[in-house]
Amino acid sequence: MANTVLDTPATEGSLVGKAIKEALFTGVMTLGLFLLYIGFRTDQDISNTPIVYGRPGLLAIFVAIAAVGRFLMVVFVQPLLKARKEAKAAAVVQDREATFFKKHILKFALVALIFYPPVIVSLYGFQGSLKFVDNFGIQILIYVMLAWGLNIVVGLAGLLDLGYVAFYAVGAYSYALLSSYYGLSFWVLLPISGILAAFWGMILGFPVLRLRGDYLAIVTLAFGEIIRLVLINWTDVTKGTFGVSSIPKATLFGIPFDASPNGFAKMFGLPMSSAYYKIFLFYLILVLCLITAYVTIRLRRMPVGRAWEALREDEIACRSLGINTVTTKLTAFSIGAMFGGFAGSFFAARQGFVSPESFVFMESAVILAIVVLGGMGSLTGIAVAAIVMTGGTELLREMEFLKHFFGPDFTPELYRMLLFGLAMVVVMILKPRGFVGSREPSAFLREKKAVSGSFTKEGHG
Amino acid sequence: MSETLLKVEGVETYYGNIRALGGVDVEVKKGEIVSLIGANGAGKSTLMMTICGAPQARSGSIIFDGTDITRMPTHLIARMRIAQSPEGRRIFGRMTVLENLQMGAGLDNLKYFKEDVERIFEMFPRLKERQSQRGGTLSGGEQQMLSIGRALMARPKLLLLDEPSLGLAPLIVKGIFEAIKKLNQEEGLTVFLVEQNAFAALKLSDRAYVMVNGKVTMTGSGRELLANPEVRAAYLEGGHH
Repeated sequence: MANTVLDTPATEGSLVGKAIKEALFTGVMTLGLFLLYIGFRTDQDISNTPIVYGRPGLLAIFVAIAAVGRFLMVVFVQPLLKARKEAKAAAVVQDREATFFKKHILKFALVALIFYPPVIVSLYGFQGSLKFVDNFGIQILIYVMLAWGLNIVVGLAGLLDLGYVAFYAVGAYSYALLSSYYGLSFWVLLPISGILAAFWGMILGFPVLRLRGDYLAIVTLAFGEIIRLVLINWTDVTKGTFGVSSIPKATLFGIPFDASPNGFAKMFGLPMSSAYYKIFLFYLILVLCLITAYVTIRLRRMPVGRAWEALREDEIACRSLGINTVTTKLTAFSIGAMFGGFAGSFFAARQGFVSPESFVFMESAVILAIVVLGGMGSLTGIAVAAIVMTGGTELLREMEFLKHFFGPDFTPELYRMLLFGLAMVVVMILKPRGFVGSREPSAFLREKKAVSGSFTKEGHG
Repeated sequence: MSETLLKVEGVETYYGNIRALGGVDVEVKKGEIVSLIGANGAGKSTLMMTICGAPQARSGSIIFDGTDITRMPTHLIARMRIAQSPEGRRIFGRMTVLENLQMGAGLDNLKYFKEDVERIFEMFPRLKERQSQRGGTLSGGEQQMLSIGRALMARPKLLLLDEPSLGLAPLIVKGIFEAIKKLNQEEGLTVFLVEQNAFAALKLSDRAYVMVNGKVTMTGSGRELLANPEVRAAYLEGGHH
């Protein structure tokens, strides 16, 4: 079929000929596939009778993209990949001395993050900085934190959790409800939200102790839905689908971010702006992220972290080495959930409003996708994946100019999931172990040495 | 010889309704190498697993070092210092050789980690060469060495070996068996060994049990069984290298 590429070296002419053939074939396939989906659009008029519009232009664009894409794939990409593979096989494996930049990349990244808000403010002013600090900064960092939290469960302990968003929801609602019913402050409720989420992590942990793989995934998925449905239907407390609104903001050691005389702006004699609160939130989530990373790195070197990784590899071997797999699993679930809870209460403080709609399965899927794309267990890779995925979504919102090509009805955000899927497929083809596939060993006798991700085959013989 | 370390009495183990072990009695004394031989599906590995508590025996008793471990969970049995090199080796594939060994030393919280690693690297120099390589990338023989090494890191009183020769070249099997012998002679380690390679196992062992259909049918010293015509006919003729 169209996907088969002969292994015999093709001459340039026959390659182009073959590419044209395959491109035509792909075009016909695309036409057939999308004729009804894209080619026609149904609508209803005022008397509910269906109207069918033809959309030949859009259909033509799709077919052209597919055909040209296939052509380019056959002529350029496939030979390139093949050459790369051969070059890789031929290259002698050697330890390259990491460059100065590479060695200290994490420090550079941290410094860049710390100076991000002031730089943006100096470039765009307080009002102009809102978009960058909030949409690109805070939004991405929330996902970094969630993905790092889930990484403990999925990446380290190897327990596939499809309901992680439930803990995010528990954290968000803990803050929202406890602050609006009891008037407790953010700083009191942040740890409480984490503890409550950890508690729910354990509740989830008990019934799934004996499950693995697919079965575990299904139960965690159900758990996520149960939490969401409870939030929707327990209307007396959670106000159901209306959500909880006017949640108090976080304060900076008791200094509120509002227009009152003892508010942040008045106190420092600054003009009133909502940007201060956003910048404060940016640093807050940055600190939360750093705590998550620090705890994860420390735990990996401790007995419980080593037990998580061993559990991921082989549960039976773990038990035969005297590891209590019950407590190991429960700690993984509860510590992972705790970070979800922190992120949730931060989310509630940032939005000022929570509703069950924020905690749908799609969120769990996105967080899991970030963990997988980043490379399970790798904090750096996951951060990169979060930036690409979340930042990419935000970028799509900015692509207003695309309306010139696709008409005024075109909303780029709607293609988010399509691009998400596409990105996943591409990454999984090029880097099957995620952006950072290598894992840092935690035991050394003399010097450090990274275990290359190129040793990916896991033979047992 | 000396006192009993492990005593298995009348143990019956079931998988669902299928009886895998029908009243097995086995005894291992301190400082012995005892082997259990038998055909495929005789229940050798099941006995090994039952000693480790997964699955648990339905009836009978398993006494280790004066403690009844019949109903104990697996990880607590392991903490009694029964170390196991399980069937199929069960190396942690994505962890390095050193990390695998580290997992074995968890019982003492890595107190003796450094000196024990040196000891194991001395015993299996191949592991030293490969110390920062991932477990999953080792050859079968190296994985077996790692599996035994990992078990030894726990400073066990009893070492259980489940088919250490499975799928390995004869020369490597010889090396591994020599290492076991050495451990036994120099450090007085007690070893209970399950093997299909009856010839090598009997030669190595002080005593041995023959298992057929979930029951022990014969027992004696390694030399006696090697000379026994029934054993020769069933497990040795044409089979030894």
